[in-house]
Amino acid sequence: MKINHPATAGTLESSDIQITLTPADSGTTIQLQSSVEKQFGEQIRAVIAATLTKLGIEEVAVEANDKGALDCTIKARTIAAAYRAADNKTFDWEEINAWIN
Amino acid sequence: MVKNKLNREIPTPYADQYGVYGGEFANIRLYNEHARHIKPVKPDHSKLVASIHDAIVATGLKDGMTISFHHHFREGDYVMNMVMAEIAKMGIKNLSIAPSSIANVHEPLIEHIKNGVVTNITSSGLRDKVGAAISNGIMENPVVIRSHGGRARAIARGDIHIDVAFLGAPSSDEYGNVNGTKGKATCGSLGYAMIDAKYADQVVAITDSLVPYPNTPISIPQTDVDYVVQVDAIGDPTGIAKGATRFTKNPKELKIAEYAAEVITKSAYFKNGFSFQTGTGGSSLAVARFLREAMLKQDIKASFALGGITNSMVELLKEGLVEKVIDVQDFDHPSAVSLGENADHYEIDANMYASPLSKGAVINQLDIAILSALEIDTDFNVNVITGSDGIIRGASGGHSDTSAACKMSMVIAPLVRGRIPTIVENVNTVVTPGASVDVVVTEVGVAINPARPDLIEMFKHLKVPQFSIETLKEMAYTITGTPEPIQYGDKVVALIEYRDGTLIDVVHNV
Amino acid sequence: MDKLRRTMMFVPGANPGMLRDAPIYGADAIMFDLEDAVSLKEKDTARMLVYSALKTFDYSSVETVVRVNALDAGGDQDIEAMVLGGINVIRLPKTETAQDIRDVDAVITAVEEKYGIQVGTTRMMAAIESAEGVLNAREIAQASSRMIGIALGAEDYLTSQHTHRSADGAELSFARNYILHAAREAGIAAIDTVYTQVDNEEGLRHETELIKQLGFDGKSVINPRQIPVINSVFAPALAEVQKAREIVAGLKEAEAKGAGVVSVNGQMVDKPVVERAQYTIALAKASGMEVD
Repeated sequence: MKINHPATAGTLESSDIQITLTPADSGTTIQLQSSVEKQFGEQIRAVIAATLTKLGIEEVAVEANDKGALDCTIKARTIAAAYRAADNKTFDWEEINAWIN
Repeated sequence: MVKNKLNREIPTPYADQYGVYGGEFANIRLYNEHARHIKPVKPDHSKLVASIHDAIVATGLKDGMTISFHHHFREGDYVMNMVMAEIAKMGIKNLSIAPSSIANVHEPLIEHIKNGVVTNITSSGLRDKVGAAISNGIMENPVVIRSHGGRARAIARGDIHIDVAFLGAPSSDEYGNVNGTKGKATCGSLGYAMIDAKYADQVVAITDSLVPYPNTPISIPQTDVDYVVQVDAIGDPTGIAKGATRFTKNPKELKIAEYAAEVITKSAYFKNGFSFQTGTGGSSLAVARFLREAMLKQDIKASFALGGITNSMVELLKEGLVEKVIDVQDFDHPSAVSLGENADHYEIDANMYASPLSKGAVINQLDIAILSALEIDTDFNVNVITGSDGIIRGASGGHSDTSAACKMSMVIAPLVRGRIPTIVENVNTVVTPGASVDVVVTEVGVAINPARPDLIEMFKHLKVPQFSIETLKEMAYTITGTPEPIQYGDKVVALIEYRDGTLIDVVHNV
Repeated sequence: MDKLRRTMMFVPGANPGMLRDAPIYGADAIMFDLEDAVSLKEKDTARMLVYSALKTFDYSSVETVVRVNALDAGGDQDIEAMVLGGINVIRLPKTETAQDIRDVDAVITAVEEKYGIQVGTTRMMAAIESAEGVLNAREIAQASSRMIGIALGAEDYLTSQHTHRSADGAELSFARNYILHAAREAGIAAIDTVYTQVDNEEGLRHETELIKQLGFDGKSVINPRQIPVINSVFAPALAEVQKAREIVAGLKEAEAKGAGVVSVNGQMVDKPVVERAQYTIALAKASGMEVD
């Protein structure tokens, strides 16, 4: 998937995570702010990175503001942000369903 | 390094100084009560001094002494900040402070620590910014965390020797007869302050409501008070009730309360003349509400309710569902009013409430205690002092006292908070040993401590899902993932005393 | 035997905090809402979120329902994602005609075929929220073999009727009775509308007693605190349970003997009565009564 412009999904409410994806020249960078950084920071970064890889996105700057979201929420927000950034309004459910868990 | 009975590592110098935890009642021994130094007052002497400054001068307070305060004004307290500001201005340094607890409102303490005015602290708890600063390591010496019963014990045994107690007095006469039910900022019971008054060498009563002699009822008597100071305001009444929750509408808290009430009402303890203590959290107050319904339905009355008192207890007293309220501290205004008006609402000191070294505390007569937790581990150990990030933000309170002494202790908490599991492999800090915890109640069901086979038998047919504590932990971790352990530094920032004075755990800097 | 559907709890699809805890409150069904509870610009994120929750959390203790958007407003994507996520029931809002149901049925069938899911696995229910919908309730109830129930949505319906809710519910009596008849004729469940005053426990109890007496199977719920109230109203009386136990015992006896007819105390019992007795036993168990 190719992302065209910055896009955001998610909110700053408790148990949610707000993910903003911005096209980058090379590689993936993840800037994470999390209320549970000490206990789960690495896991959150890993979930975002793995989800982007599955989506075939390799050049992106991720800004994530986490309020204690669970993994399934992190995945959902990352995917939704990616589809928005790629201007793709029709999700490929078959493809997503093949790898989401 | 010494390992205590819970396998918690205690650095040797502290282990040598305090001893290490060896079991709930392993270190209850004979002792001589600590005696105070008394300056007798002659008939022509006035105790009234013009200002806090003059009171400090009169006491002869000097570098290295220990002073104390009470926390009955909770987030509405002006006294500690006023006194400490004056002490700092006078250039007195190197003080030990022994307040019964420390609230968010005591943030100026951070400056006093940095400036060397305060070099030692003992307290039930540390909140917010003060807790974070301590956890960051701004003090040379670790804070000593003591339970309410443990503090009473420490003062009675002389582990804490108070040179001067500065006690906020909602009302006082010129001769130092003090109560908490009259005046501008009424806090109700003065249970924690009564201990300071009884054992401190010198006592300064600081009041904003000076009343004609003799001020009654007498919670702290003139025979314990050296000086009386009048100031404009000692506390903010709205701050006293801050954090006291009204009946919760949060469905998860209600679910926990519903399960807790089911456990209580199906226990053998739930019969005429039973006794209980609840906390102030949303679930805890809801338990009281559910209990009320069951008591009405089954025509059961409680002989007493103990604690930290809230309006929900007072309403049960008024309704006749509870015969006596035994009160060491009040969490809201109606409770303070009730203490002043209702003869069956009775004020006690912290020694009588919970001290393990008294001639029998009220908690020894208590059937059921409902307690909260930040973390509970698979050994049933409870942490109420450090957050999941390892930073000190809670208070020991009466947790370890009550749960050790009562017949059935129940710890109620959600399985997870946001992404933070509450039931964990190992708590960050042990305040209450698992041996004291009988039932853990969450919104998905309960876990009964296998050390209580009688309860397991008693609750065989309980209509609440039952799990092992390990299963509850697995359920929590399935939701959140396995948390990474907190990376602590090498510096010990707090010592966690068990109620008997031994060390149950230490907290390192983060 | 009929499933218990005393309580169907609304869970907004855009709020991650509520998705996980939804099953713990004792509702018989939880209904994820992708429609009115989600703003137009967040349809994509909410759909993704509910899908991800369905793939992750254990909802096996409840019946899962999703309120999808109209087919021309993203409903087709809702259906694909939810069917893939393993939802039990697709609830179509604002159903006006039997054709609405057939259209959704066709989309579900296409999705089931695409992913090799046995056609018919996913069930449907219709929410009726207009005069036209009420009057077409008979055809709607029978429009698809997937149908398990019809629900009344009173707010929009009453607006279209130029009136509003009252305490005694006189304004809803026709719609309630008509929908109930349509549901019974089709052999499916009838679910009453929500009670919006969440702090009025007495009002909720009163309304639930009314709709239970009419014959409804249950009620939609907007706050978990309403669940115990509704469930307690639906708890069967002891005498009812006792009678049901006798009938079920008679059934077991008949089965053991290989007899074709069930009889209790020498009286022959019809099949619908036996089924009703089984339902009563299930209801009693769910209400925490001792049955065995």
